[in-house]
Amino acid sequence: MSALDAARWQFGITTVYHFFFVPLTIGLSLLVAVMQTAWHRTGSEHWLRATKFFGKLFLINFAMGVVTGIVQEFQFGMNWSDYSRFVGDVFGAPLAIEGLVAFFLESTFLGLWIFGWDRLSRRVHLACIWLAAIGTVLSAYFILAANSWMQHPVGYRFNPETGRAELTDFAAVLTQNTTLVTFAHTLTAALVVAGAAVMGISVWFMARRDEDTLFRPAMRLGAWTVIVASVAVIVSGDVQAKIMTEQQPMKMAAAEALYTTSAPASFSLFTIGSLDGSQELWSVRVPGVLSYMATGSVDGTVEGINDVQRDEQARYGPGDYRPMIPVTYWTFRFMIGFGVLAALVAVGALWSGRAHRVPARWFARVALLSMALPLLANSMGWIFTEMGRQPWVVYGQLRTADGVSPTVGLGSVLTSVIVFTLLYGVLAVVEGWLVVRTVKAGPAPAPPPEAVSPREDDADRPFAVAY
Amino acid sequence: MQLTDVWFLLIAILWTGYFVLEGFDFGVGALLRILGRDDTDRRVMINTIGPLWDGNEVWLIVAGGATFAAFPEWYATLFSGFYLALLLILVALIGRGVAFEYRGKVDTLRWRNTWDRVIVVCSVLPALLWGVAFGNIVGGVPLDADHEFVGGFLTLLTPYALLGGLTTLLLFTLHGAVFLSLKTDGDIRVRARALAVRLGVGAVPVAAAFLLWTWLEHGADVVTAALALAAAVALVGGILATRAGREGWGFTLTAGTIVAATAFLFTALYPDVMPSTIDPAFSLTTTNAASTPYTLTIMTWVAVVMTPIVLCYQAWTYWVFRRRISRTHIPTPAPSAPAEEQV
Repeated sequence: MSALDAARWQFGITTVYHFFFVPLTIGLSLLVAVMQTAWHRTGSEHWLRATKFFGKLFLINFAMGVVTGIVQEFQFGMNWSDYSRFVGDVFGAPLAIEGLVAFFLESTFLGLWIFGWDRLSRRVHLACIWLAAIGTVLSAYFILAANSWMQHPVGYRFNPETGRAELTDFAAVLTQNTTLVTFAHTLTAALVVAGAAVMGISVWFMARRDEDTLFRPAMRLGAWTVIVASVAVIVSGDVQAKIMTEQQPMKMAAAEALYTTSAPASFSLFTIGSLDGSQELWSVRVPGVLSYMATGSVDGTVEGINDVQRDEQARYGPGDYRPMIPVTYWTFRFMIGFGVLAALVAVGALWSGRAHRVPARWFARVALLSMALPLLANSMGWIFTEMGRQPWVVYGQLRTADGVSPTVGLGSVLTSVIVFTLLYGVLAVVEGWLVVRTVKAGPAPAPPPEAVSPREDDADRPFAVAY
Repeated sequence: MQLTDVWFLLIAILWTGYFVLEGFDFGVGALLRILGRDDTDRRVMINTIGPLWDGNEVWLIVAGGATFAAFPEWYATLFSGFYLALLLILVALIGRGVAFEYRGKVDTLRWRNTWDRVIVVCSVLPALLWGVAFGNIVGGVPLDADHEFVGGFLTLLTPYALLGGLTTLLLFTLHGAVFLSLKTDGDIRVRARALAVRLGVGAVPVAAAFLLWTWLEHGADVVTAALALAAAVALVGGILATRAGREGWGFTLTAGTIVAATAFLFTALYPDVMPSTIDPAFSLTTTNAASTPYTLTIMTWVAVVMTPIVLCYQAWTYWVFRRRISRTHIPTPAPSAPAEEQV
């Protein structure tokens, strides 16, 4: 194992782990804000209790998202110093703006929201959760602009004197189609994650005939969020696939393990054969679907891996420009598969809880387990898009192997891989245990009115919320 | 003033903000088991920083991001060079963050004691290591002709840098004690005040030695002398004010100490951002580490618009949570703990 391999493993482990909490945080902050707005509008106590209950789950996850996020920012410099030198002039700007515009907003107003229940007027307190939610969305936008530049660099020039990419058009970085469509795809995918969480937990309580007035509307909110957001994920994913085919043809070919250029190209749901898909024993294929994904027409031409490899060699010199095909092939399928399953469970949840019906216990178990589906779909999508870009770290500009820190030895990187893996493992156990415990404890009884409105003169009264 | 200088100044301001703000919450964490005699005391202490620590930490994230954007070479050399030190800091920041959030989730003493220990260790460690890191930044490290760090972890543990670490640890702990005397009421306030004075007695000679050493070796001029003097005067003033029961002034002055000391370090550093001990020609400077003027211009506009807004709403948070906290404010049991497992 080389320092490069270890650094890649570290980035993979820490980033996939971080991204379990990110979509949950983005999505749940919005859904909790919606619940609190519902309470504000209707005055119904069950929305207040739902806000507090799901808010608690949101906060447990938020803490993990924050602390694992610091690692993300630091490790560009720690493990990928040559990458940082090369891209800093372009990539650093959205990252810094993310901190200044989004993280301050998010963390400050979340602090106000958590502890401000009895210190702020209801309207101001409601504004706090919305501002925190807007912060999470802004954060997603800026970091995705940075990532999209790695997928499809625009608005820069390579300066041979300094040996780095230099920004020439920041607006292009922020508004290129890759950024916009990735933002849409990621944001809606985050809503699916949060919707599935709210739905799964709510169905479970409904099946136990527990707190029906609270969980029935919450289930509907969650399920409809999943369904509507899933449609948006599919639409944005469809647009994204066409943009990707144009900008990174190798990635689309690798998504299907399509070696020879085909028109029309079919999409295989499942394949048995050699792991890299070059030899196939048996497969289930849907004709024309890959052509449609890539080009928008069922008999469009999709370039195969061998042809793209030849093109890229002609453009970038000798080398292997193919990503790990088994990884791209399977992650692409699992992403779609898990996402579709999650949407189906949401339809099932609405059906099982229609009118005044109570969902069956077996279905409650399914709904609870299916909370993992969109999370896994998110991970698969990111592993696909990042692995599918290899061997490049900045597509067409900088190879991953050339981005690693030249002065950091294998020992150091391995140490940090091991430390983070163990630490994250322990935290995952604690986190999972706490989440289960919090869910099992169920929603707290409605707080007394004075706990959700600004305190008057009784200055020694215990705080409504305290660590 | 050139844009590169503007950004050097802005990054100095971000670090200053970070040290002033997270400085006191490191201090509160470090003192948790010393000042907090029982669980209620400790909850009083944690709740003084409860709504604030996360926002304070963003100053670090923005400082890191701004360094990446404005001085990529500095960011790359610093973060890859100080690898294991930063790893320790990251682990500590992770531990602290989850500990605050998790400690109240289960209402048993064992659970809380465990997380309290995590908070103490994970507050002391970065308070110490940031000083070591800045001692090395100002003091210089072995950088080769490519501006790459060619030392190891032990290279960073020079006597000068370790003195820097001890200085930040003592200053932040003192700052935290003064903050607690300002933000709590009752017995704990009295104890925090007394402890602040005792910490001050230790902090003054250590900080003075570090400032003097830095001044003699890395920036003997009038401006740095004035800043070092200001830091020293503010420190002594802060301790005296706290002792006299003027905690507001005490806190203002210990904050002033950290501002002046950080300004002193950055002034001593300028125009380098990372001096090389191998050959001054290999040093990273505000010019050779910087981004292009175009990037810096955009970033300047964003900073000019956003920074005042951020300062306003962060100040408002401090205003909302301005009240002193005493034991009567702590709800029992922790509202987040499910009822069936209380001990």
